[in-house]
Amino acid sequence: MNQIDKAFARCKEEGRAALVGYLTAGDPKVTVSESLLLTLARSVDILEIGMPFSDPMADGPVIQAASERALAAGTHVRDVFNLTASVRRHHPELGIVLMGYANIPYAMGIEHFAQRAAEAGANGVLIVDVPVEEDDLWGRHLQRHGLHHIPLLAPTSSEARIQATCAQASGFIYYVSLTGITGADMGDITGVQQKVAAIKQHTTLPVCVGFGIKTPEQAQAVARFSDGIVVGSAFVASVAEHVDDPEAAQREIDRRAQAIRNGLMR
Amino acid sequence: MDETIPYDMRITHAPDARGHFGAYGGRFAAETLMAPLQALEEAFFAAWEDPEFQAERLALLRHYVGRATPLYHADRLSRENGGAQIWLKREDLTHTGAHKINNTIGQGLLARRMGKKRVIAETGAGQHGVATATVAAKFGMQCDVYMGREDVERQKPNVLRMRLLGANVIAVDSGTATLKDALNEALRDWVATCEDTFYIIGTVAGPHPYPLMVRQFHAVIGQEARAQMLKQAGCLPDVAIACVGGGSNAMGLLHPFRDDDVRLIAVEAAGHGLDSGAHAASLARGRAGILHGNLTYLLEDEDGQIQGTHSISAGLDYPGVGPELAAMLDRGELELDAATDEEALEAFQRLTACEGIIPALESSHALAAGMRIAAGLRSDQHVLINLSGRGDKDMNTVFKTLGWLE
Repeated sequence: MNQIDKAFARCKEEGRAALVGYLTAGDPKVTVSESLLLTLARSVDILEIGMPFSDPMADGPVIQAASERALAAGTHVRDVFNLTASVRRHHPELGIVLMGYANIPYAMGIEHFAQRAAEAGANGVLIVDVPVEEDDLWGRHLQRHGLHHIPLLAPTSSEARIQATCAQASGFIYYVSLTGITGADMGDITGVQQKVAAIKQHTTLPVCVGFGIKTPEQAQAVARFSDGIVVGSAFVASVAEHVDDPEAAQREIDRRAQAIRNGLMR
Repeated sequence: MDETIPYDMRITHAPDARGHFGAYGGRFAAETLMAPLQALEEAFFAAWEDPEFQAERLALLRHYVGRATPLYHADRLSRENGGAQIWLKREDLTHTGAHKINNTIGQGLLARRMGKKRVIAETGAGQHGVATATVAAKFGMQCDVYMGREDVERQKPNVLRMRLLGANVIAVDSGTATLKDALNEALRDWVATCEDTFYIIGTVAGPHPYPLMVRQFHAVIGQEARAQMLKQAGCLPDVAIACVGGGSNAMGLLHPFRDDDVRLIAVEAAGHGLDSGAHAASLARGRAGILHGNLTYLLEDEDGQIQGTHSISAGLDYPGVGPELAAMLDRGELELDAATDEEALEAFQRLTACEGIIPALESSHALAAGMRIAAGLRSDQHVLINLSGRGDKDMNTVFKTLGWLE
């Protein structure tokens, strides 16, 4: 049981859904990113730290721009691990997930990546472009280092895929609530609720819902039937709006996180 | 279509059930795309086995595309160059001016069969975009083409052609604003629209089944060339050569020769030189990585960030390569060569002056390497070069480089 499992257990006791918050590491530059991650870490149960990538194919304009800012400022993979370690030092109980695209761990060597991630204090890894079919290469390396292997499921996932994916998963299931890229508008909530119920037929793991949740109202609605909600683009947008004013970005991230958190009580 | 050409509908050298060619390929895509990719795979295999689909495809290739394309013995070029006889597979003579249409006819028919009303594509030089827009016009489908901003500027005539054909060209500003970024943007579109939209990928890369499917649709090139060589030269070529960006014309030409005693050579874009840092030679200078749905050779930095590439020809300006070519290289089935911008431009002018054929700058890379290799062989040996497209689209680039324009 690592900090991710403990976070869900805590939320369950408190009778609320977990808040999972995302920021891209190194955005807008490494030093500022540290203060922003630490700010968001105070209000979330689980922090997703995005590893910037040159070709973020599943992301909308907001998170693409964050990756571009981070890379333009010279963010390297070692910085992502350093930032993770810093968040871990300040927040021993926080669940931490490293999220990103397959080529970054692959370039480093998956085993080496898993080792570095665990050493830095991460509890789980979510790779957007490694579906269950290609999973055999990844799962055992993560497991060896005590890292949860968090999969994505989508509205287009068939029953068979849901079953196969859940069988490989640990930590939690991230349900992508829309067929689209990050930051798009969320559609019909009833459909999301039905799919979450269908996933729960195949797993006892917590199911979190993300992609498209921006407002406290949406968060509240989704929290009624899920174990957690993931908010990314709304926080990353706060960074973009205050690129030259880190303190204002911190205040805005804090304000948005608090507003969403307040809506999560069931 | 020449009735004597035996088109082979068998699928040989197939990947495994999950689309792996040796250690490469696969299906590294976002979960949302896994269901549409599965549906595409099933539809492709069903269509491939369906005689009606194949009959319609071959009829269109014959009457619409203008196949079989000629195999031309470039006798004057061969004499002036010295060494082996040079044979050109004239894909430049197809409708729309490049080999790309072989694939868009196949995928367009498949899109119609699957009931899709809209097609999207990425394009670099614009040839695949034009070929997609052409098929969309013919089949009455809506068409959106993603193209890097830099390519929109340097391939203006093709942008205008696509508009004329009724396609909507969307300039992509993200990343390096070239082909890889256009592919990212097309994938983002498809993730949101996969229910009614068919994504026509233009090369032998991407998630399974694209590398296999695009190879099969282009295999007519090599199948014709093989039969034509036997008929016109009386023997198979000693060497078969094609340029490689993503690898569609290369797989199309080379695949049907894989069980023969023929040297297969892929020519990459060396840009300003393989050691200049400004090239697009992912097989020669890349390493294995994961991008755009497949595991293959990529040009990337130490961290795995994809690097910007350079080539005088937009169609070769891509940091990856088809996974099957990566596997063929590892197995020793494929030899590598490269041509710089300068060498390609020289070959471009040489063929134009010597044979009255203006080749595409992409194909000029294959020509440059082909002439070099031919010069080292005997005059009773034969070098087959895929002339994958014509050079009309490159006039601006060439005139500018030669200093003929302001």
